[in-house]
Amino acid sequence: MANEIIRIASGQGFWGDRLDAPVEQVRRGRIDFLMLDYLAEVTMSILQKQKARDPSQGYARDFVPLMGEILPDCVERGIRVLANAGGVNLEACRDAVLAEARSAGLAGRVRVGVVVGDDLLGRLEELIDRGHELQNLDTGRPLTDVVDRVQSANAYLGAEPMVAALAEGATVVITGRSTDTALTYAPMIHAFGWAADDWDRLAAGVVAGHINECGAQATGGNCLLDWETIPNLADVGFPIIEASPDGSFVVTKHDGTGGRVSVATVTEQLLYEMGDPREYITPDVVADFTTIRLEQAGPDRVRVSGVRGRPRTDKLKVSISYHDGYKAVGTLVYAWPDAVAKAQAADRILRERLDRLGLRFDQIRTEYVGWNSTHGPLAGPPPDLPEVQLRVSVRSAEREPVERFTREIAPLILTGPPSVTGFAGGRPRVQEIVAFWPALIDRSEIEPHVRVEVVTA
Amino acid sequence: MRRVQLVRLAHARSGDKGDTVNIGLVAIEPEDYPLLVERVTADAVREHFRGMIHGDVERFELPNLNALNFLLHGALDGGGTVSLMMDAQGKTFSTALLRMEIDVPEDVYRRVMAADRGTGAGAGGAATGAGR
Repeated sequence: MANEIIRIASGQGFWGDRLDAPVEQVRRGRIDFLMLDYLAEVTMSILQKQKARDPSQGYARDFVPLMGEILPDCVERGIRVLANAGGVNLEACRDAVLAEARSAGLAGRVRVGVVVGDDLLGRLEELIDRGHELQNLDTGRPLTDVVDRVQSANAYLGAEPMVAALAEGATVVITGRSTDTALTYAPMIHAFGWAADDWDRLAAGVVAGHINECGAQATGGNCLLDWETIPNLADVGFPIIEASPDGSFVVTKHDGTGGRVSVATVTEQLLYEMGDPREYITPDVVADFTTIRLEQAGPDRVRVSGVRGRPRTDKLKVSISYHDGYKAVGTLVYAWPDAVAKAQAADRILRERLDRLGLRFDQIRTEYVGWNSTHGPLAGPPPDLPEVQLRVSVRSAEREPVERFTREIAPLILTGPPSVTGFAGGRPRVQEIVAFWPALIDRSEIEPHVRVEVVTA
Repeated sequence: MRRVQLVRLAHARSGDKGDTVNIGLVAIEPEDYPLLVERVTADAVREHFRGMIHGDVERFELPNLNALNFLLHGALDGGGTVSLMMDAQGKTFSTALLRMEIDVPEDVYRRVMAADRGTGAGAGGAATGAGR
């Protein structure tokens, strides 16, 4: 395999992405690997809560029936799957996939690997005791500020353990909190035998991973340039990386699918969530995005080459989530004439009511959907709108005032300005705020704890 | 020199990292990239977003992609799940930047106005944009 091109398909850009995308990737053309990204930053806290309620839960549940559906095809055609679907309960996720494989008649023909060791929730006290402050990368504050409210803590792992699982013959590799990009380039390291210090090739893999990790956002979805000309998004093809041993690759999609792969669609995705482009830091390499060369190599084919990388750092990123109060959002819709003026009057009445009730909030925010909720003051003065949605949101450390706020919206229909509607959904929901605490930790604290286990169905 | 809105010269995508928004701004025609480098400075972007962001603006150049990357700090009302903003992930800051006006030479002005892009013309973009 070492001199062949391998095809690594993206099947899921986040948990909640198009359900049948991975099935289409497997069935509508040749692929060798399928990567699925399930974990957003706050997902881990949700999964920790699910696991606390039910010890058999705590992973991306949608992944299991999906495996039941596609594993027969994968086994028949030698397709291998990498997914960060394991959340905070890798063994339970693995066992569920094994059961699916057996009931699909694949006993003995599927090997499932898990990568364990990213979960730090049980180690935080010990790490803090030993002098790790886990300072917030944005604020510089030590984790002790919020440690009693922490709900999840995970280190971002790179490609090495996934490569180990592939080497042990895993058909399916399940990780917890790994980097999204590694799900794409671990197969390259495995297939091409890249060395751990082959920085340029590893960096090329990271760029491929960044293109794959948001699904169709690289193939025409959410693309601004000439958006109205992008064909057939109802059947959009998710991206496929055709990787070469030298680190260059082509971004494409299955023939006959909708969407577009162009220098513009790929460029927009490359810039998505970009920090300093010269320093795209991952556990495996620091990639330099100012070295990427793009060229249209045919219809729906973009060639990527020239990527340079630098040695990895001795730190890993840690993603910690913690409870940070409550919020709620109330909305009402006002119709012409004077739609904005009525909504503004309703906002004044609502705020006076909250004052009279003696409710204290850390913040109250008012936006007018249809006028200024996206572009703020850049939207200019309010035009004569046919209708506008009043959107008022509040935040507090305490639940009680937020709860009371949710009961002050509906009364405005009979007590406030006229021509109001849009309350069919009922009272607003009080949402718990789970905030995010990014930190760094020494690689040497994490890597000795990482284990790879591969078992046969 | 004529004033022209960035939406006629560039396309963009934005996203979030905590309380920071990043905006990638890409020249539609590579020949216009130097104009973006010269006119769309970090200071100009900070001024454009006055009242919307509370921190500094950083700018990075990606000449290989004919693109600039801006980091707008303190832009998301705390960011992530803490933010009360409708657009807590900063997804629409991209087009908010494209509202900015810059001075361009007369010939560039004529060319981009003739291309008729990005200002609600809709079908006008379709006529010129196929195959991009």
